Amino acid sequence: MSETELKKTPLNAVHREMGGKMVDFGGWDMPVQYRAGVIEEHMRCRTVAGLFDVSHMGEIWVEGPDAIPFVNRITTNDVTKLVDGQAHYSALPNREGGTVDDLLVYRFGPEKLLLVVNAGTTEKDWDWIKSHHSEHDDLGMRNASAEYCQIAIQGPKATEMLQTLTETDLSAIKYYHFTTGQVDGVDAIISRTGYTGEDGFEVYAAPEFAEQLWNKMLDAGNFGEDGGILPCGLAARNTLRLEAAMSLYGHELGDDISTYEAGLGWITKPAKEGGFVGSDKLVAQKEAGLTRKIAGFEMTEPGIGRDGYDVYVGDEKVGVVTSGSPAPFLKKNIGLAFLPPEFANVGQEIKIDIRGKHVSAVVVPTPFYKRQK
Amino acid sequence: MSNIPENLRYSKDHEWVEVNGDIATIGITDYAQHSLGDVVYIDMPRVGDKFAAHEAFGSVESVKAVSELFTPVGGEVAEVNDGLNDTPEAVNNEPYTTGWMVKVKMDNPGEADAMLSAAEYEEYLEASA
Repeated sequence: MSETELKKTPLNAVHREMGGKMVDFGGWDMPVQYRAGVIEEHMRCRTVAGLFDVSHMGEIWVEGPDAIPFVNRITTNDVTKLVDGQAHYSALPNREGGTVDDLLVYRFGPEKLLLVVNAGTTEKDWDWIKSHHSEHDDLGMRNASAEYCQIAIQGPKATEMLQTLTETDLSAIKYYHFTTGQVDGVDAIISRTGYTGEDGFEVYAAPEFAEQLWNKMLDAGNFGEDGGILPCGLAARNTLRLEAAMSLYGHELGDDISTYEAGLGWITKPAKEGGFVGSDKLVAQKEAGLTRKIAGFEMTEPGIGRDGYDVYVGDEKVGVVTSGSPAPFLKKNIGLAFLPPEFANVGQEIKIDIRGKHVSAVVVPTPFYKRQK
Repeated sequence: MSNIPENLRYSKDHEWVEVNGDIATIGITDYAQHSLGDVVYIDMPRVGDKFAAHEAFGSVESVKAVSELFTPVGGEVAEVNDGLNDTPEAVNNEPYTTGWMVKVKMDNPGEADAMLSAAEYEEYLEASA
């Protein structure tokens, strides 16, 4: 894809001004890192705060009397358990037991839900969701992705920094809850969610206010000073989520990967009323026993087991790495891999084929990193 | 703009070579370290290993990528920079000095003369930008 065809978030020019190294990310022109570099960005988010442009994410509104039963049918988690102002992590399953995407479902009211989906899959998801809309469903749907910017402020100081810009009492918003309010006078959805393993917020607003909000959040976080907030690119976003062992679609999840295999049994509720698309396949898979599941590993010899590398036990190839990277905060080389359940137990010694060399690693508990509460 | 010292020779794989008699000190260029981002690990050969010119002798890993290292000159590894085990960031901070990787006793010092000059390497970078 040539550069002229790449999609841009409303903060594209700001990223370039700030020294963002731009890359093609699923058709979007996004900063992979800024001047500080991935390690410093990662560390600052863990110890102070990081600011992320996630405006490329997709937003889909589902509204009407049948909004909840409809979304309940097409997602794995149980939407009937949500209350107003609450969100949950979920997945869009396909009919074969695989996964179309992972997403957040926000309940604004008994007849109003917001689905937030991955950038690279927004069009696929939208087509898939529409294909389940029958004339019997009393609801309206809208792909509103272009109507929002989304900025994530994450880290131990994120709440106190964002609080200086809003009259909404952020301490009253529980984890995976949200409210509507104003940030720096701009109407926004303020959601206590994130993809870093840290406390923090994701702020949704109209795209024309993206630059104002971004700059105000940097100011509120004393950007430029020692120990101030840093803008974080996609590279830090990836290492942060990996330390927290959060799934990345296209790696731990995919069209041919079930939520059970991805270790997401906690968002998979086939027993809910009516089940969900393909839930029979997932029940059958669980009853038959999984042939592979995601496990965390840590390298015990020098080397980095990266995405796509084969995993061995003895001379037998048993699995494959789905995500692997240095973990800047933990100062280890970690990863997630598909392994047969019999080789996925903590303490299992494995070898990773790093460009022809079999390098030792061991299965460890996940998440690799858990923040102090 | 990348830093390209005048006194070194360069390869199109973005390695630099400093020649002292028949010993070539090899590292990666400022452009290469910048493209890679934060370097975290360097997989190095052992002293005594022999390589032909343009053969892979190791790899350099950043947080987000791994890149093979090619020796622009053939010969025997005389010394490796063990200091990089503890401070791989030297490759980012000082690619032409403390970030050097290996010293090779060249079979044919003429191979180094055939490499790009600083001006030629700069042109090459501009042409491929």
